Amino acid sequence: MGKYIFKRVLMMIPVIIGLSLLVFLVLKMTPGDPARVVAGAEADEATVEQIREDLGLNKPVLQQYVDYMLGLLHGTMGNSYTTGKPVIDEIKARMPTTFILAFAGVAVAVVIGIPLGIISATKQYSILDYISTLLALAGVAMPNFWLGLMLILLFSLKLGWLPSGDAVSWQGYVLPAITMGVGATANFMRTTRSSMLEVIRQDYIRTARAKGAGEQRVVLSHALRNALIPVITVIGLQIGTLLGGAVVNETVFSLPGLGTLMISAINQKNEPVVLGCLITFAIVFSLVNLFVDILYAFIDPRIKSQYK
Amino acid sequence: MEKTKTVVTRKKRSQLTEIWRRMRRNKLAMLGLAIVVVLILVAVFADQIADYNEVVIKQNIIGRYQGPSAEHWFGTDELGRDIFARLVHGARISLLVGVVAVIIALATGGTLGAIAGYFGGVIDNIIMRIMDIFLSIPILLLAIMIVSALGSSMLNLMIAIGIASMPTFARVVRASVLSVKDQEFVEAARAIGATNSHIILRHILPNCLSPIIVQATLRVATAILSTASLSFIGLGIKPPAPEWGAMLASGRSAIRDAPHVVVIPGLLIMVTILALNLLGDGLRDALDPKLKR
Repeated sequence: MGKYIFKRVLMMIPVIIGLSLLVFLVLKMTPGDPARVVAGAEADEATVEQIREDLGLNKPVLQQYVDYMLGLLHGTMGNSYTTGKPVIDEIKARMPTTFILAFAGVAVAVVIGIPLGIISATKQYSILDYISTLLALAGVAMPNFWLGLMLILLFSLKLGWLPSGDAVSWQGYVLPAITMGVGATANFMRTTRSSMLEVIRQDYIRTARAKGAGEQRVVLSHALRNALIPVITVIGLQIGTLLGGAVVNETVFSLPGLGTLMISAINQKNEPVVLGCLITFAIVFSLVNLFVDILYAFIDPRIKSQYK
Repeated sequence: MEKTKTVVTRKKRSQLTEIWRRMRRNKLAMLGLAIVVVLILVAVFADQIADYNEVVIKQNIIGRYQGPSAEHWFGTDELGRDIFARLVHGARISLLVGVVAVIIALATGGTLGAIAGYFGGVIDNIIMRIMDIFLSIPILLLAIMIVSALGSSMLNLMIAIGIASMPTFARVVRASVLSVKDQEFVEAARAIGATNSHIILRHILPNCLSPIIVQATLRVATAILSTASLSFIGLGIKPPAPEWGAMLASGRSAIRDAPHVVVIPGLLIMVTILALNLLGDGLRDALDPKLKR
């Protein structure tokens, strides 16, 4: 087991290097001169040249990348062009909002999606099955940001039950979490349903029934444990998608997260902040994938036995 | 000789008829197909339905935020423009961006996937590891990254979404190529001296079209959704062009007093995505009944 985790952690290193290099190179392609952005439109050429020198922008791109990554190992990401503060501090301040949002979304989806999927599969072709399948179809097709606006319209403007998003109280996270969770709920439901349907026809389920196990025990402890493996893959993939979706949803609910930070940085051509946000996202995605792979090994004894 | 020929043509036709027959039995897929056909017609004849300069982008501040009426079917927006006309022209933008983005993704990802699957070994490893890196970033974020580097315009949006969807096609095409490349007809083609590119293009790809068609249909939906999301956060199509997501964004400030400005474009996006998804699922079942879940 330790060997498996070790191998998997080692595999993460080239992925993170590849991802950060990709992000770095793409951003360096951006038209416009960052030194000019920092100096302002009226600055003379000598000042701009000085700034370029100070920021290391006249070095070759690969050298800049190596410098950046070395800085990252020491916990620095350069300074923001607009505020002059260290980028890493701005990111640290914004990170909790985005994470809470993404994980609350996943939690909503797990709590609603998986049970619905189980019910759909065990009561296949019942009315409940049809209703949840229909809801899943709609949930996947619905633009997330639109759903968010509709929830604001109904629950905070018309009914006045919940705030339309603030990062201070827990109530402020309710609507954003539901908005984030709906697409994932549909996804989890469909995966759980089809995976359960597959498992439930297996011989060992018949054996469990034959030896007299109750329906609840058959479904929950024999079928579900095996059916969950593909579901966990999907959950892992969805955390990534949700972090990406957080960028849009933070705009809808005006929440101060990584997404809104990144979008305003893009509009201000504030390169270090954009880079910092993207690299943070990239590292988080790799960590989530790592976590999911390790979780697999715990759930699926077949993987565990390979590394005995 | 004559006899074999007739048999072959008859078999070919019957396969298409068979697919259509299976497709027609699936009511949801037919509904999806019907909606998609209507949307395509609307996009093609948008200029005949409403004039771009006279109706779609012409402002009329006095008549703003009107509710739905006989004159303005879906009401007017924050600048008094007819929402119905804007949605009609928006269909043209959304479908165009969606389809072109998928063509870009298919051309780049498909080529890479075919090369990786056909040649295998080191080439396969290098290409697919790079694709894995792309895949570990969500499509929307990757598209944001590319748009922010290229600047936002319609063409850049297509490129960004196309490149972001590239790895999916690389995977699908690679898997399909792997599944047919060791079959006897490929060996036969190689034996008579066909070149690699000829074998891939003429013998392998036509035999793995089904999963590619299905994936392309579903990906158009994702691309349309991404376009709307990017425009919503201000990184996509710029006003006054009537993009669905941008219309939602500009109607946001008046959501309390004129909810129709936000409700209607969102519903249309949802119906479009739903139709494409139903069509894609239906195609999957019709093209390859084995895949049916």
